Amino acid sequence: MRDLTNEIVEFIRRTSTDLPADVETRLRTAVEKEAPGSAARGALETVLKNVEISRQNSTPICQDTGTPIFYVHYPEGWSTRRLREMIRAALVIATKKSYMRPNAVDAVYDKNSGNNLGGEDFPYIHFEEVDAEAALTIELMLKGGGCENVGAQYSLPNNALGAGRDLAGVRKVVLDAVQKAQGQGCAPGILGVAIGGDRGNSYAKSKEVLFGKIGERNPDPALAALEERLTSEANTLGIGPMGFGGQTTVIDTKITGMHRLPASYFVSVSYMCWAYRRRKMTVLGEQVSYE
Amino acid sequence: MRKIQLPASDEEIRALRVGEPVLLSGVMVTGRDAAHKWMMETFIKKTRAPQGDDLQVYEELRKLLPGNVIYHCGPVVAGLDTKEYRFVAAGPTTSIREEPYQADVMKHFNLKGVIGKGGMGAKTLKGCQETPGVYFHAIGGAASYIAQSVKKVLGVYKLEFGVPEALWVIEVQDFPVVVTMDSHGDSQHSVIEAQSKQVLDELLAQPY
Repeated sequence: MRDLTNEIVEFIRRTSTDLPADVETRLRTAVEKEAPGSAARGALETVLKNVEISRQNSTPICQDTGTPIFYVHYPEGWSTRRLREMIRAALVIATKKSYMRPNAVDAVYDKNSGNNLGGEDFPYIHFEEVDAEAALTIELMLKGGGCENVGAQYSLPNNALGAGRDLAGVRKVVLDAVQKAQGQGCAPGILGVAIGGDRGNSYAKSKEVLFGKIGERNPDPALAALEERLTSEANTLGIGPMGFGGQTTVIDTKITGMHRLPASYFVSVSYMCWAYRRRKMTVLGEQVSYE
Repeated sequence: MRKIQLPASDEEIRALRVGEPVLLSGVMVTGRDAAHKWMMETFIKKTRAPQGDDLQVYEELRKLLPGNVIYHCGPVVAGLDTKEYRFVAAGPTTSIREEPYQADVMKHFNLKGVIGKGGMGAKTLKGCQETPGVYFHAIGGAASYIAQSVKKVLGVYKLEFGVPEALWVIEVQDFPVVVTMDSHGDSQHSVIEAQSKQVLDELLAQPY
């Protein structure tokens, strides 16, 4: 098993300093929808200028380089313990190189570890085994604290919102979450929604669904329709980029369904900021590629 | 576009209205969650006894902050080994977390403004009227872009809070912001919040 530490450093650099093309394209479309001279348009223009500067200078798009969330699909026989060591070593190097901000703070003793490692849970690494002949893939999402803080979980039924245990109820609570978030989560945002599960895995799934591309729809037609409806209805709220008011509050919505207990009906909403930093690296034999 | 050289006078601050873009130049200090809690407990409410270099830093802040602004920012800083600090990425963090402290901190240090993102609440808005002060909104996530307007890092206090939470003294040139809360009681954020709530109520009333 080869050492991939340097390749993972490069992977982290790309994730933190360059926005995926599908996100950038969608932001460019959003600029055109805002009135010339408006604060909303100015905000989006600044955002896009920032993306270009970050790419050119290899500096973080956002100073909050977020929680590093890794999803690793490893071929049968690979050591997850060694992969974990490589990822953690790479994160320390990437922090030294200023691609990442030291972001792991001990919540009890209020101490920043200084190197982005914190106990066993920071960074977050999820492993899945694939066939021995398949490629190793590592996906990384950097999720900032501002948007993480406006995420929300609802237990249905919710009387205040008149939300029952069905897709109509899901629609209501998701719209409520977007309205409550205002511009705090760095709108325009991307919504990851999980329906079902327990409190813990429901939130995890609401993030996992954000690894999908912009515009990718759930294969279930009812959920796909709800994804599109939520994006368009959220955009009638008028919150706009940065909460300055405007046409684009949400860029895309992604929904996933889970099984739940008969007693529970959770809807978890993860809000991703416009700085939607996610990338994938693939290792097959000697070949390492980044997308 | 209006330019303001810090420190700013009360007249300059009162002339600012919600919606106006401004370019700020001069010296400012970063401070966020740990800094606000520390200032409040140690110097304003005095529920915690000063420790270590607290009093010394306080004296420095009393010289630096009057007429100036505090920037809600947790930067990415290069040169930590050599102490030749340079801001690499320095966008605003969400301000609302400082709502319990901000108005008191503004009054105590005679701060003329706050830079952050997402806006703040009623208590800070009242503080803006009384001090007088304004809330300057920077573009969230525009970290590399904003870092270019940071010309020099003049120093750092309380580095033990961690790089993001420390108080960094920086010199900026043409730092781009928009006034979203002014000293006349107007807040862009409360307007957008009320309007969006009305739309939400209409949406919730619609059948699926």
